[in-house]
Amino acid sequence: MLLIYLDEQALSADEREQCYRESTQLAHQLDVAGQYVAASPLQPASTATSVRVRAGKRVVTDGPFAETKEQLGGYFLIDATDLEEAIAIAARIPMARRGTVEVRPVVHLADLPD
Amino acid sequence: MPATALDAHGAIDAVWRIESARLIAGLTRITGDVGLAEDLAQDALVVALERWPESGVPDNPGAWLMATAKHRAIDQLRRGKMLDRKHEQLGHELDAGRDSALPDLDAAIDDPIGDDLLRLMFIACHPVLSTEARVALTLRLLGGLTTDEIARAFLVPESTVAQRIVRAKRTLREARVPFEVPRGAELTARLASVLEVIYLVFNEGYSATAGDDWVRPELCEDALRLGRILAELVSEEPEVHGLVGLLEIQASRLRARVGPAGDPILLADQDRTRWDQLLVRRGLAALERAEYLAGALGPYALQAAIAACHARARTPEETDWTRITALYDALAQLTQSPVVEVNRAVAYTMAFGPASGLEIADALVSEPALAKYHLLPTVRGDFLAKLGRFEEARAEFERAAALTRNARERDLLRARAAGCARGEP
Repeated sequence: MLLIYLDEQALSADEREQCYRESTQLAHQLDVAGQYVAASPLQPASTATSVRVRAGKRVVTDGPFAETKEQLGGYFLIDATDLEEAIAIAARIPMARRGTVEVRPVVHLADLPD
Repeated sequence: MPATALDAHGAIDAVWRIESARLIAGLTRITGDVGLAEDLAQDALVVALERWPESGVPDNPGAWLMATAKHRAIDQLRRGKMLDRKHEQLGHELDAGRDSALPDLDAAIDDPIGDDLLRLMFIACHPVLSTEARVALTLRLLGGLTTDEIARAFLVPESTVAQRIVRAKRTLREARVPFEVPRGAELTARLASVLEVIYLVFNEGYSATAGDDWVRPELCEDALRLGRILAELVSEEPEVHGLVGLLEIQASRLRARVGPAGDPILLADQDRTRWDQLLVRRGLAALERAEYLAGALGPYALQAAIAACHARARTPEETDWTRITALYDALAQLTQSPVVEVNRAVAYTMAFGPASGLEIADALVSEPALAKYHLLPTVRGDFLAKLGRFEEARAEFERAAALTRNARERDLLRARAAGCARGEP
């Protein structure tokens, strides 16, 4: 899993559009190479809703879980043979030039649906 | 000639097209010699030509031909007239017990899963043969075409084709090429040769390199038929499905890509309602199979995937050019072909604008393989004109016009050059 963090204010509308275009291109390149699983940008953190269940009660609050300068802005789920390959792909994500891409291996659970 | 005789001859032609490959394959297994097998099959055909006009076409003509050829083979074995290298061995078996040898021949003819057919494909496309010989032998042995038909399809004298086939059979005999399907790593290498032959046959039909007709659909059909058979026989190989997918989708446009006067119609200008949707669906299914079997797509599957992007678009504007650039990126990396690079430049221009395409095309200017290739200055001229750099564009169109050998195309390029001189894109 490649998690993309960036300062949401850092991109102009044009820059964001450009970023989406390049990301789409990258997704196709990964797909052709058999390395693509899923990807998506996320709406701004201001649209986030945080949900907790405490003592059987649902607690819903507006806004993201953590107030930090860089927010989770999107993700790529890829099929990479090792960390080196995953890092190489992370470096091709356009947002890596502005924010941070966190590479996190997923845990494989046998009984999940396809 | 009475009507029934005409019917019989028509039926014999049809039966031969369908059954001859299987017949020759089974007989090659018995005799170990493609040439001898073909002679025996031809003998059976001659008998059919004599008898069927009088007796009528048998219920199962393929089985009839097999039985007749088999009897000929047995006759020859008994008379000890077989001069091939299997002679001694088989003769010995016959001496040891005639009855025990005959059931083996029965078994040899039966080939329900097509293993013999597959072996025959690999023999006909064997690397000891030249590419021309592979193509000729494949069409003759597997496509059921006559020497004359092959000669007409490739616009070479019949004697040339006949010589090629005779020499090819001799080469196979002398090289003692075994009648078997290669395994493991050898299978991949040998399969590439079979795929290439099918691809060449199709392309010669799809955009003929010589002659008056731009397309010859019969060759496309022959290639498609061979490809489909191959895909059933080696169903686990992704590139076989990739090739079949590519051919099905290309073939779906056959009706749409030729104008009333036989003139070519480019993809963007084709009437897409004339595309054969059945072939499109078959092509997409084959591509899906290739994608399922392969991690990263091979060169045929990549080309099929590009063709699929066009096939899925109901209008040229709907084309997913971004995906096409990704497919060309992979294809260019795999093939290292400058011609693929030219196509990649066009895809980039369509997806991301002329500046991105020009960047790729500019890197090709010093490529020696493209020095006489008129499409490079054609696309560079097009990109430059789109960028408003008319003087440079004009020079490129002039250069392209001087390089092309097609008169219609030369006129079009001159017209574009003149347009650029007036400052029109």
